[in-house]
Amino acid sequence: MSSPERSTTPLALIVVAWALVVIPLLYGLVQTIRTASALFTG
Amino acid sequence: MAVPGFLARDRIVAKPGFNRWLIPPAALAVHLCIGQVYATSVYKAALVADFDSSLTAIGAIFSIAIVMLGLSAALFGTWVDRNGPRAAMFTAACFWSVGFLVGAAGIATNQLWLLYLGYGVLGGIGLGIGYISPVSTLIKWFPDRPGLATGMAIMGFGGGALIATPLSRSLMSLYDDGYDGTAATTASGTAVALLFVTLGLVYLVFMMFGAAIIRVPADGWQPEGFDPSTVKSKALVTTDSVSAANAIKTPQFWLLWIVLFCNVTAGIGILEQASPMVQDFFRDGETSAVTVAAAGGFVGLLSLFNMAGRFVWSSTSDVIGRKGIYMVYLGVGLVLYIALATVGSSAVWLFVLLAALIISFYGGGFATIPAYLRDLFGTFQVGAIHGRLLTAWAAAGVAGPLIVNGVLDTQGTPGELVAGDYRIALFIMVGLLAVGFVANLLVKPVADKWHEPKAQTTPTPERSAAR
Repeated sequence: MSSPERSTTPLALIVVAWALVVIPLLYGLVQTIRTASALFTG
Repeated sequence: MAVPGFLARDRIVAKPGFNRWLIPPAALAVHLCIGQVYATSVYKAALVADFDSSLTAIGAIFSIAIVMLGLSAALFGTWVDRNGPRAAMFTAACFWSVGFLVGAAGIATNQLWLLYLGYGVLGGIGLGIGYISPVSTLIKWFPDRPGLATGMAIMGFGGGALIATPLSRSLMSLYDDGYDGTAATTASGTAVALLFVTLGLVYLVFMMFGAAIIRVPADGWQPEGFDPSTVKSKALVTTDSVSAANAIKTPQFWLLWIVLFCNVTAGIGILEQASPMVQDFFRDGETSAVTVAAAGGFVGLLSLFNMAGRFVWSSTSDVIGRKGIYMVYLGVGLVLYIALATVGSSAVWLFVLLAALIISFYGGGFATIPAYLRDLFGTFQVGAIHGRLLTAWAAAGVAGPLIVNGVLDTQGTPGELVAGDYRIALFIMVGLLAVGFVANLLVKPVADKWHEPKAQTTPTPERSAAR
């Protein structure tokens, strides 16, 4: 790119952004696996 | 229709050095929220009791939302492409959130039509715009791995239900002391109304976060080390551009419409009936070898495979090609369906394995279709083309349950059905998958006459607005 204006995305922002989506997703995954385990135990 | 300056596409063009890995969480922030639409069963019984209504009348809320998803994605796809992902995400967040709040008012005042209008119509518009909002942006940021990129976002749509289901149970337990989160108790209407208010506000914040961090790449941007000629060398992949208006005039669009319709209808065949189906397949007289709790576990397992398939299979399509992966979805899916219909009742583990693989193909079909569209029509208006194609989803959402329920109604009474009663419905799905398989085989590169002149395909707002 030829534009002189250059930026760097803060690593902390990327980590926070991923954490905000991954943490709820992990919560959902754990809860669903607990429910699904009933298929083999229930 | 112009959008306020802070939402405009030219305000979110990334500067050189921007890290593209900030884009997937922005897309996930939207898809994880709108994926809640697949968790509506968690409060269905409560709404039936509160409105003193039927399952059909309450189920219509979900159906309206899915039909509105298809219609709004088709109608607003060009608007989304023209104004960029921030405007689209912002708009989707407003509609989705207001849909919950109006729905909550409907529950609180016991007016079902308000719930239809709120969650069904307004929420459904938010669903459609939200679903397509990050897709074309992801494809532009990840030209080297478009299947992986769209798989990540659309996986979020599957993941949204995984989060919303247990979260809704916990919140309703909090709002209603008499509800313990199990099927033995039912939450009050007030608890569901409060749940709607909570979800509406939480989703508003979460989706706005996605809208705030989303960026579009500058014209001509390419990832470091990426050679576009390596993509062009693959069969069916174009570097030319086709407008949304022209795309729907091509046979390729309608062949993919058939592919998506058949794949989704077949998947819904299992999803719609998952819980009673697994019990019926192993029924002996009045009892089933599969308990109600285990059947609930089966539904959870399908949710996991639905979500995982979106990411795994869509990413795989970057390696084996879009046409190849749909041959797997439809061809192997067809064989799996035949196995399910013929030997599926011989063992629970076999039934579960077959159904889980079929559902993973169902999810994969959703996640791979944007990359297939990009291969055939280019990135120019892929969001708008994707939106128009989602009418196949809306049609399948109506056709799938109609086929399964229609056939089962002729076979016997719910609670007394056995494996053999499902055979006709399953073989109809086999036929549909065969039709989809042939449609996919017929897909060829789009004819040159539909390609845009090179100078007109830079997606600046001014140029796109004129189209």
